[in-house]
Amino acid sequence: MHARELVSAAPGANAFVRIKDMELFAQQFTNGLAVGGVYALIALGYTMVYGVLKLINFAHSDLFTLGAYLGLTLITSWLFSGLGPLWGTALLALMVMGMIALMGALLDRVAYRPLRESPRLSAVVSALGASIFLQNAIMLIYGARNQVYPQNILPRMALSAFGFHIPLSRLLVLCASLAMMGALYFFIQKTRIGTAIRAAAIDQGAARLMGIDVNRVILMVFMIGPAMGGAAGLLVGLYYGQINFTMGWAYGSKAFTAAILGGIGNIPGAMVGGLLLGIIESLAAAYVSLAYKDAIAFLVLILILVLRPTGLLGERVAEKV
Amino acid sequence: MKNRKLVVIAGSAAVLAAAPLFLDAYWTDVLNNIGIYAVLALSLNLIVGHAGLFNLGHAAFYAVGAYTAAILNTTYHIPVLALLPVCGFTSGLFALLAARPIIHLRGDYLCIVTIGIGEIVRIALINNIFGITGGDNGIFGISRPSVFGYVIRSPQQFFYLIWIFAGITVILFHLLEYSRVGRALNYLREDEVAAEGSGIDTAHYKLVALVLGAAWAGMAGNIYAAKMSIISPGSFSFWESVLMFAIVILGGAGSIPGVLLGAFLIIGMPEVFRQFASARMLIFGAAMVAMMIFRTQGLLPARPRKYRLAGLPSGGVET
Amino acid sequence: MSLLQLSNVTKNFGGLSAVGGLSFQLDDGIIMGLIGPNGAGKTTVFNLITGIYRPDEGDIFFNGRSLLRLSTHRRVVLGIARTFQTIRLFQNLSVLENVLAGCHCRLKAGVLSSFVHLPRQRREEREALKRAQDALALVGLGHRAEQVAKNLSYGNQRLLEIARALATGPHLLILDEPAGGMNEQETTQLVSLIEKIRGMEVTVMLIEHDMTLVMKVCERIVVMEYGRKIAEGAPDEIRRDRRVVEAYLGTEEEY
Repeated sequence: MHARELVSAAPGANAFVRIKDMELFAQQFTNGLAVGGVYALIALGYTMVYGVLKLINFAHSDLFTLGAYLGLTLITSWLFSGLGPLWGTALLALMVMGMIALMGALLDRVAYRPLRESPRLSAVVSALGASIFLQNAIMLIYGARNQVYPQNILPRMALSAFGFHIPLSRLLVLCASLAMMGALYFFIQKTRIGTAIRAAAIDQGAARLMGIDVNRVILMVFMIGPAMGGAAGLLVGLYYGQINFTMGWAYGSKAFTAAILGGIGNIPGAMVGGLLLGIIESLAAAYVSLAYKDAIAFLVLILILVLRPTGLLGERVAEKV
Repeated sequence: MKNRKLVVIAGSAAVLAAAPLFLDAYWTDVLNNIGIYAVLALSLNLIVGHAGLFNLGHAAFYAVGAYTAAILNTTYHIPVLALLPVCGFTSGLFALLAARPIIHLRGDYLCIVTIGIGEIVRIALINNIFGITGGDNGIFGISRPSVFGYVIRSPQQFFYLIWIFAGITVILFHLLEYSRVGRALNYLREDEVAAEGSGIDTAHYKLVALVLGAAWAGMAGNIYAAKMSIISPGSFSFWESVLMFAIVILGGAGSIPGVLLGAFLIIGMPEVFRQFASARMLIFGAAMVAMMIFRTQGLLPARPRKYRLAGLPSGGVET
Repeated sequence: MSLLQLSNVTKNFGGLSAVGGLSFQLDDGIIMGLIGPNGAGKTTVFNLITGIYRPDEGDIFFNGRSLLRLSTHRRVVLGIARTFQTIRLFQNLSVLENVLAGCHCRLKAGVLSSFVHLPRQRREEREALKRAQDALALVGLGHRAEQVAKNLSYGNQRLLEIARALATGPHLLILDEPAGGMNEQETTQLVSLIEKIRGMEVTVMLIEHDMTLVMKVCERIVVMEYGRKIAEGAPDEIRRDRRVVEAYLGTEEEY
């Protein structure tokens, strides 16, 4: 008898097939969560800036890329030769986030602050210009070819449970993003500055009248958002191993879709949107079509904007005539 | 005043017409590129400059035109120039179908959707949608255009084809500016609610702007395909859309001379400074930021229209 | 048959009832005023009539025809024109071009004619220019045709809006606080302008807070409070109506 016939004749063969399906699903689902966490971190930067300034910060994705490259520079420098993976990564993350936060503040000062009173179109063009500048600066400094992260930092083993084997590194990346999101959520909801940011996002004029220093809020937003994006860049470098100066475009557009999905300007929305988009994308790649994986995100974007532009968690705003 | 403007226009046209006689093939080709981008930017100007719609996905319309020409020419051997109206039609139709469901979206959201449309078209092209687009490698072997048996092959010959087309475009768009439709687009841009309240069908005119702009970009795509003989998805990326957008905004949104100047500078200058090739884009990005901060209306802003009024000398605008 | 009829019109915004069960009719040739305290729903009524909002209940009839399914610009073509409470001019365009916007709906040139300027299109354009200049002359802005709209004084901007609305050739002209920001001399000129407009067989309806103007110009007044009609009648009746006095005018004053 043929081996195949043996297998199909054996009892529990259907169960075997079902477990394989579930394995695929589990892999794709956790993969989706991990990449979704990254999208969420980047999306936070877009949504915070849009919430307060009503500006699409096209250059945000390039700060994400810069985070990945800065991380690489630091890791391969003498600073990290002595430290172990745990403390090294933590210090690395803090340094990258700090430096990108400063870059974010600088970006606002140079490209956006002079245009606060100008028509919206000007700020859009300036944002595009800043993005072009940053992206090409990264290319000039680091070169156009892919760069590779050292592979010995994240653990190699897989976690086994219920017959599934999920890479530990994937879970660590997910946990890292969730931890940062949790910290930000706490910050936004429970601290005074966080409340000030939320108030300025709702109505800048009213916030000013209440004594909130809106300029300080804007500064905070341009530091926290990019810091999250920079951390996401570091995570991508560590997890996927390869970085390129154009990766901001791919990740940025997905993250932006996630921000819209959750309701642009809505911080928990960006978190939910990012995770959701990651899962949708991963599952679609496995079950629908791998080739059109990137198109899925844009299709989601257009569907949302046509059917429910305020996003899943957003609020409706009426215009008085 | 009016005579001086005519002299400037006639003079520039004469210089331009004589250019291929004095320039080598390389620089003639640079002028050809400028010409194609000029038409593309003029078509985008209708949408962004006149109607005030933020369109960052214009490369999609360009691509639809180019691929229509490429596919029909290589499959059915229809002469490329004969396909010019067909390309305009397919691009316009594509714009109509894509825009109708989203036309009511507010400025920012519309901008984002146009980016999405641009990307979806590009990804569809790369993935060889319907099996006809040739995937990553694109389509090759597009035949040269011919006019009554005269085949256009060299850069000098393409120069006249492209710039005659550009010239016709400028004339037609100028006529459009001084018409009911041209005004309607501007009212739409200035204040949509007031326009609707004054009796203007704003949804209709948004579509008019998009379809016309798309149709012209499609025709530019036809000429591009014929000139390059090979087309691939890489020529129709988001950054192409950004480039066209930048030409319009930096040159002067809503202004035909501004857009033309923008095309010359933005496409031409990097050629002049070729030795700084890698720093080009860096300077370009910085220039965009600087322009918005220091001269937000562009290099040659749109001038107000002048009318011949009964009982008043036709003059300029008092401010 | 009345020119305009509102029949039990209701409009809610979320939990707020902006207009509730409003009914009145406006006859041809009458100048009607719509008054009431701030927040009474007056501008909402105008927005309902012009199609910016759709009523949740009830219907609006113009010359006997229901307006419910017509978009705003279609209503302008039918003959309803308006000005806005917060001035909505095309600020960066010239005075003349602002008025030409009003002419738009009475012209016919489509895209093709706009590309190729045949004699018929050029004749249409000349007629439009003449109509626009006439409208400007009527409101007294004829000499400012080429100025940029945003450089006009506040009072002149209001007049420009009226000129633009008149250029649409309306049967019904709706003015939302036309005297807002005007001094006494300008208000007097506005009164004579409104009467001139009535002489052109255009019915006028206006929202105003300037009681002198209202009492002088309007033949019929509808009073609203909290979205409902609390009184309707001739100026004398309204002046003496106790509910109106309490709701709006406060203590007694001499007019």
